[in-house]
Amino acid sequence: MRLERRAAMAVLLADRGDDLLVIPGLGSTAWDAAAAGDNDRNFYLWGAMGGAAMIGLGLALAQPKRRVAVITGDGEMLMGLGSLATIGIQRPRNLAVIVFDNGVYGETGMQPSHTQSGVDLIGVAGACGIGTCLDVRDEEALADLARRLKDLGETLFARVLIAAEEPPRVLPLRDGVALKERFRTAIGVKP
Amino acid sequence: MNTRDNSWPDRLFEMLKRGGVRQVGYVPDAGHTRLIDRCCADDEIRDVALTTEEEGVALAAGAWLGGERAALLMQSSGVGNCVNMFSLARTCRFPLLMFITMRGEWEEFNPWQVPMGSIVDPVLKLCEAEVYRVHTPEEVAGAAERAVQQAFGGERIAAVILSQQLIGKKVWTK
Repeated sequence: MRLERRAAMAVLLADRGDDLLVIPGLGSTAWDAAAAGDNDRNFYLWGAMGGAAMIGLGLALAQPKRRVAVITGDGEMLMGLGSLATIGIQRPRNLAVIVFDNGVYGETGMQPSHTQSGVDLIGVAGACGIGTCLDVRDEEALADLARRLKDLGETLFARVLIAAEEPPRVLPLRDGVALKERFRTAIGVKP
Repeated sequence: MNTRDNSWPDRLFEMLKRGGVRQVGYVPDAGHTRLIDRCCADDEIRDVALTTEEEGVALAAGAWLGGERAALLMQSSGVGNCVNMFSLARTCRFPLLMFITMRGEWEEFNPWQVPMGSIVDPVLKLCEAEVYRVHTPEEVAGAAERAVQQAFGGERIAAVILSQQLIGKKVWTK
């Protein structure tokens, strides 16, 4: 069974609270996050492929009292696989890295990604020392992940198995400076 | 002859502290040994060992989103690993402060260091970085101060390049 990506994002971000900061990775997860409802505390990526998890790490270290969720795709995560090793030795309690895994590069024409041929991102995250590593394959596991996201006690990694589909694009703001400034203003760091 | 002033890493460290830097990303590097050690020993600085330098570009962006200042320490070869990720700093005007130790330019024993070392300055300039080249210990503090101001005051990419003449050649046989 595979989850529907838009519905899964909506579940994870429902009643998110002002202290949840979200880094949606470039491509479909950015459209999913925008579709779930635009929020000043989303820093959408339109590029920087492979960098989402590390942006989340820098943010989580800078804002230890807030929760940080990186929500990205399997292709984006594969390009920054080393960042799981880096996060594995930092282990901020307030960081969650969530990978929407459909086994394909959706933005470029649905070419297969390494996960489709057996690369196990959950195994990689666990081997890197990330304490909680979840395999989310159904509604129940998704609800459990959403609950954990509300009260993070240690670094969390989750692979959410989603269907390879292309719902209509919902495009967020793409001016990088504006995205940065509204994010910083929303959380009250120097304008 | 050993009259070289080897305390210049302390000038860089002092500038990081004075500039309010709280996160330092680095890939281990011989030329940065002392600076890395000082950052790791400092309670206010979070030292973040990276698997590749481009992680540090993203780390610094995340830090700034959260209201903290970060710096990135690397060897010249790391510049090549960062080029696409620099787009993040350029597109969003994230501050990016880098201290870069040179290889491949002066008394270099290893020819494999030369191709990247020889293009560090133009690559950084193409990526819209302000580049401050340092050849002598006396120049270090001033260059670092300007880079700190340029990065965080102007929300720009600023790189202090520490020449191989400053660092000294790598000893290959002991």
